[in-house]
Amino acid sequence: MKINALIAALVLACSTANATDLEVTHWWTSGGEAVAVKKLSEAFTSKTPHKWVDGAIAGSGNTATPIIMSRILGGDPMGATQLKHGRDAEELIKAGLLLDLTDIAEEQGWKKVINPPQILDTCTINGRIYCAPLNIHSAQWIWLSRKAFDDAGVKVPTNWDEFVAAAPALEKAGKVPLAMGQQSWQSTLAFNAMSLAIAGVDVWKAVNLEKKADVARGSEYKKVFEAAAAARSLSKNSKVQDWNQATNMVINDQAGGQIMGDWAQGEFQIAGKVAGKDYDCLPGLGVHEVLDTGGDGIYFPVNKNPDITAAQKDLARLLLTPEVQVSFNLAKGSLPVRGDVDLASANECMKKGLAILAKGGAITSSNLSFTPDTIGQIEDLIVEFWADPNYSAADAQKAYAAIIEKAD
Amino acid sequence: MSDSLQQPAPLTQRPSRWLHNLSAKLASLPMVLTALVVFVGCTVWTVFYSFTNSRLLPDASKFSLKQYEYLWTQRRWLISIENLAVYGALSLIFSLVIGFFLAALLDRKIRGEAIFRTIFLYPFALSFIITGLAWQWLLNPDFGIQANIRALGWESFSLDPLNNPDLVIYGILIAGVWQGTGLIMCIMLAGLRGIDEDIWKAARVDGISTVKTYLKIIIPMLRPVFITALVLISAGIIKVYDLVVAQTSGGPGLSSQVPAMYVFDKMFKDQNLAQGFAASTMMLVSVMIVLIPWAYLEFGGKKHAR
Repeated sequence: MKINALIAALVLACSTANATDLEVTHWWTSGGEAVAVKKLSEAFTSKTPHKWVDGAIAGSGNTATPIIMSRILGGDPMGATQLKHGRDAEELIKAGLLLDLTDIAEEQGWKKVINPPQILDTCTINGRIYCAPLNIHSAQWIWLSRKAFDDAGVKVPTNWDEFVAAAPALEKAGKVPLAMGQQSWQSTLAFNAMSLAIAGVDVWKAVNLEKKADVARGSEYKKVFEAAAAARSLSKNSKVQDWNQATNMVINDQAGGQIMGDWAQGEFQIAGKVAGKDYDCLPGLGVHEVLDTGGDGIYFPVNKNPDITAAQKDLARLLLTPEVQVSFNLAKGSLPVRGDVDLASANECMKKGLAILAKGGAITSSNLSFTPDTIGQIEDLIVEFWADPNYSAADAQKAYAAIIEKAD
Repeated sequence: MSDSLQQPAPLTQRPSRWLHNLSAKLASLPMVLTALVVFVGCTVWTVFYSFTNSRLLPDASKFSLKQYEYLWTQRRWLISIENLAVYGALSLIFSLVIGFFLAALLDRKIRGEAIFRTIFLYPFALSFIITGLAWQWLLNPDFGIQANIRALGWESFSLDPLNNPDLVIYGILIAGVWQGTGLIMCIMLAGLRGIDEDIWKAARVDGISTVKTYLKIIIPMLRPVFITALVLISAGIIKVYDLVVAQTSGGPGLSSQVPAMYVFDKMFKDQNLAQGFAASTMMLVSVMIVLIPWAYLEFGGKKHAR
């Protein structure tokens, strides 16, 4: 008996010799995100001989990115990892720590299928491609609970100004007008969305892409900081930490709205809410209909084990196939990186986003123009400004312009 | 003890002084090397690179004091230092006082001592992450202690430190002290058990009150135990990180930031290695400022006495 069992185990071990465990780290941990990542792992396990080992890191990207970086730099690389589109991986690539995927990109014709094309640019350094773009996320959305506004007896707003005007009625009805998590990236995201809506596209570009400090000191940004100071008082009773807890306040109609990226959509979907009936979404806060094209890419740290390298390439091939693009992005509420896939089952909000991209309303994300260090300084400033009602708009604007001046 | 007995030997056999106790010296060699390479070596490396402009990867092409100038203009760093000072001073006092008090109570030969000892020590078995999360929930105004006491009928009761920038560090202090006091209590209890019964008898014969015996006789005798406790608590204070991450992630705003968080975020999140190194060098310097005079008094002084 024992020998039989041993032989059986040996045979099993031999037959799975080319199956490799691939650890994938990511921070997709909220309800909607977990569903989406399950689509990825199922596709990987069923379509390749390998096994997906889930390395979810709880918290936000600000918690997970340092852990991921320290593991790659510390010589303990994972099989594959999520990183957001931007300059996070720039130095890793220059140091030769990430796998070159150019052959796969050419084989599958990524240059032709990926839309908008700047998505692939974020993965490209010196003409070589180092990551597989997975989805497009845009941050400039406000999500509104229809019932919260009905309860307060006011019309559901169609733009930011109407939202601010409706806030007192919401407060009177015992609701929090603006839901906001305490983490620094969330207040910074809201601030960026507001600055795009209030200062306009050209001024926003001058500050965020061309890094003009005098524009950041100017009158348009003065309005932005004053509006942000007003908005922080609307969110003062929102005492949650994570973004999905804040989204939940909108889902449960405790809050009027939340400024959050389109990933919030996955949470509404899981809660069984219907866009246009239970909740509304306003891209560009209903003012300027432009969206930035952030999102996530999958990066593959260089590994000495050839089995793992093979498994990494199999995963890279899989990520851009139309089926995976559709199933993952529908679950997550993000937009696919391929322009040629069928998203007939997309909901109303996703269609709004797709229409904006089709019209050419895509703008470069400030994650691409600022180094992580500059982004960190802006986040530190905005989160302190948002939490401290005594921090005046004028002082914050001065500090902000100083950061832009030194930005690189 | 045996050391001092063998002390005169080297006088007659001076050449063999280095070979004396050779096996012990050989055995401690790996640890000595580890200490030199890992602790001293890495420290020197870190200090060296704090004068460069390294971003994500070490890069020694330029040298300047830029990182330090920048560090001391950062509001976040100044807030962190202030928080560490408040947290450090209070957690030192509370851990020592509460730890000793609990140990003294347990030492009064009470019934069920083992049960109490276990209960008090249990928090220490939890990691800081769990401690932080548990206290985040306990201090949450909507379903924690505040909500429960209000449900009992005390409507105006308010305990919401984690959402108040002025109080948040005390909310973290509560969790830190809750977690760490049990260990201090055990160390103190071990020390108290080492006190000779005859000393108590003598004190009783002389009619000295219990409290006075503790303050004037027992505590001075426990000096080494206090120093051990002090070193353990201080190490915990300087490296406090996970507790804050779990409880508040530095918020609201920047009001509960601590230096270790600044170092980690700068090094890995913001990809500014040199800035993180500069900050950790400042942490090292602050420890040195406390440690060197103390070590001088503690060890240097004794040599003269002998």
